[in-house]
Amino acid sequence: MDSLALLGSSVWALLRNKLRSVLTVLGITIGIAAVICVVAIGKAGQARVEQQLNNLGDNFVWIEAGGRAVNGIRTGTHGTKSLTLADAIAIRTQIPLIKSVSPNVDGSVQVIYGNQNWYTHYRGVSPEFFDIKSWPVDSGAIFTNDDVESSANVCVIGQTVRTQLFGVRDPIGKVIRAGGLPCKVIATLEPKGISMEGRDQDDTILMPYTTVMKKIKGNNWLDDVLCSAVSQDVVKMAGQQAAALLRDRHHLRPEEPDDFNIRNPEDVIEAQIAASHTLALLLIAIASISLVVGGIGIMNVMLVSVTERTREIGVRVAVGATEEAIRFQFLGESVMLSFVGGAAGVLVGFVGSFFIGRALNWPMVMSFEAVVLAVFFSLAVGVFFGYYPARKASSLDPIEALRYE
Amino acid sequence: MTDSGPIVSVEEIHKYYDLGETRVHALRGVSLAVERGGFVAIMGSSGSGKSTLMNILGCLDKPTAGRYLLDGVDVAGLEKRQLAGIRNQKLGFVFQGFNLLPRTTALENTQLPTLYSRIDRHSRTQRARDALELVGLGERMDHFPSQLSGGQQQRVAIARALVNRPTLLLADEPTGNLDSHTSVEIMDVFQGLNERGLTIILVTHEHDIAQFAKRVVVFRDGRIRKDEQVANPLRASEVLKTLPTLED
Ligand SMILES: Nc1ncnc2c1ncn2[C@@H]1O[C@H](COP(=O)(O)OP(=O)(O)OP(=O)(O)O)[C@@H](O)[C@H]1O
Ligand SMILES: [Mg+2]
Repeated sequence: MDSLALLGSSVWALLRNKLRSVLTVLGITIGIAAVICVVAIGKAGQARVEQQLNNLGDNFVWIEAGGRAVNGIRTGTHGTKSLTLADAIAIRTQIPLIKSVSPNVDGSVQVIYGNQNWYTHYRGVSPEFFDIKSWPVDSGAIFTNDDVESSANVCVIGQTVRTQLFGVRDPIGKVIRAGGLPCKVIATLEPKGISMEGRDQDDTILMPYTTVMKKIKGNNWLDDVLCSAVSQDVVKMAGQQAAALLRDRHHLRPEEPDDFNIRNPEDVIEAQIAASHTLALLLIAIASISLVVGGIGIMNVMLVSVTERTREIGVRVAVGATEEAIRFQFLGESVMLSFVGGAAGVLVGFVGSFFIGRALNWPMVMSFEAVVLAVFFSLAVGVFFGYYPARKASSLDPIEALRYE
Repeated sequence: MTDSGPIVSVEEIHKYYDLGETRVHALRGVSLAVERGGFVAIMGSSGSGKSTLMNILGCLDKPTAGRYLLDGVDVAGLEKRQLAGIRNQKLGFVFQGFNLLPRTTALENTQLPTLYSRIDRHSRTQRARDALELVGLGERMDHFPSQLSGGQQQRVAIARALVNRPTLLLADEPTGNLDSHTSVEIMDVFQGLNERGLTIILVTHEHDIAQFAKRVVVFRDGRIRKDEQVANPLRASEVLKTLPTLED
């Protein structure tokens, strides 16, 4: 038998009933579109989580001054005197799971260079900070422990500050004024982008923490202690050990709440993953239902088509069609139907995942796997739901079929 | 298989249908041999079993008892797939109701049997053209059935039956839906084909039509009542000249 010619007659049969064909494949289209979205969301979610974990820092452990709640009211981080430099040193020396530590004192400050000025965020940190946050410089060199010792008037500036103050000029070696303090720019940071909270992380200047404590803030306590654990697996445990150490050092009785706060930025990311899983599950449910409904639609239309074309089947058998040839023709028709529906679904799915990406603010990646999956699913639906009508067609009694009115 | 023996040989064929309590005897012992190049008209009253026999001859149905040798081969021993092959290669069918595929051109309709055989695309079209020329429809190849008259549609159906060059043509009341003039035209086509060596068995209710065949077999009640050669078969081409046409 000539398979190609038989598939050709299937195409004609479908084209003859264009509207019916289109309506029939709608379910498949929706189902496949959902499949495409699921894959896209899954991939984008994964990429985003990796990117955010990297962005966070090197096995980042973040200890913030101030309890989670004091008298039921959150005090916020600033103005709390609970964390000291001695605490930071104790964490570094006494907790083996933590490999590096940087104090952090921060605030907001007006920075001026020439006639440009800009209101920005500053941090006082140690040189370890750049490793802890995995934040390389793109020109110049960061300050050293000597600069920390001597409370040197040096700073490292983020990309946003650089652009605001210097435009395209080279900032290295220039002296800016930060809250009145003259301060030499010794390095610029690579861009890090928007944080999870939606803050521009590049809108910052970094100085030795001693400089900030003595010359800008004029106090002796830390806002945060930023640490790196030895590996990703022990981030949580390192945090717990640091907490125990701090409670001990702060002489807190068991019933007293912490006067510091171990932040878990991964939790935020995990919550996002969970949200994306929920969305994916919802879409998978939509996909399955639509594919089944679409498949039933195809089965229904194929049964109608078999009945309508009973005589045709009789003629084909009479002129020598085998049962396989008849089955092939009708199976070809249902597979083609669902395949066309699937192809439309791929397009709709791409558009859909683009909009989902926009809504979640995730970069969406259109993947080859998704298309392969869609093709597989639509073919499977076509074969599964087309089989029964095709078998019915092939098992018709030709004598009765020829007599059929 | 043998070139000498009869092309169709049925021996003591019975066919009955069990309908719950009752049993309908459609054929009650039919024996018939048709020689190569024969042209047989089967007649008989309604329900006498003519179509039942044609379906058996056409390998669309099997007898309840009795033997059927087609071209020397006992059909009873063949599988469905082989029967399909026989229908495709050795047999041609013409039906009362034409049974053309709608919205499909005459040429494509004619090609239908070749889809189920091993013929390359080019010779398939060529064969279909030849067959249409043979039935006098060379000018109408791209017409759809809805654009053709009944007689022309039946010609397409005959071309379709011829396209795989069968050895036996089976026609169950091929002129049943046609007026008398067109019927004679169709019989003219059949006579032409028979003269080229094609064996034809046709069923008809009309005595006039049967007179174009070389032999008439009359059925009654599932049995053959009469089986005789026609002394001087009418020539359809001659008759057409004497028939009044619309122009007259
Ligand atoms: N599938 C069937 N089931 C039951 N009975 C059947 C079946 N097919 C045919 N018959 C019976 O067999 C008998 C012969 O039928 P058949 O169709 O061969 O008659 P026929 O000679 O072709 O008649 P007509 O000239 O009206 O076409 C009839 O009595 C008919 O009712
Ligand atoms: Mg009949």
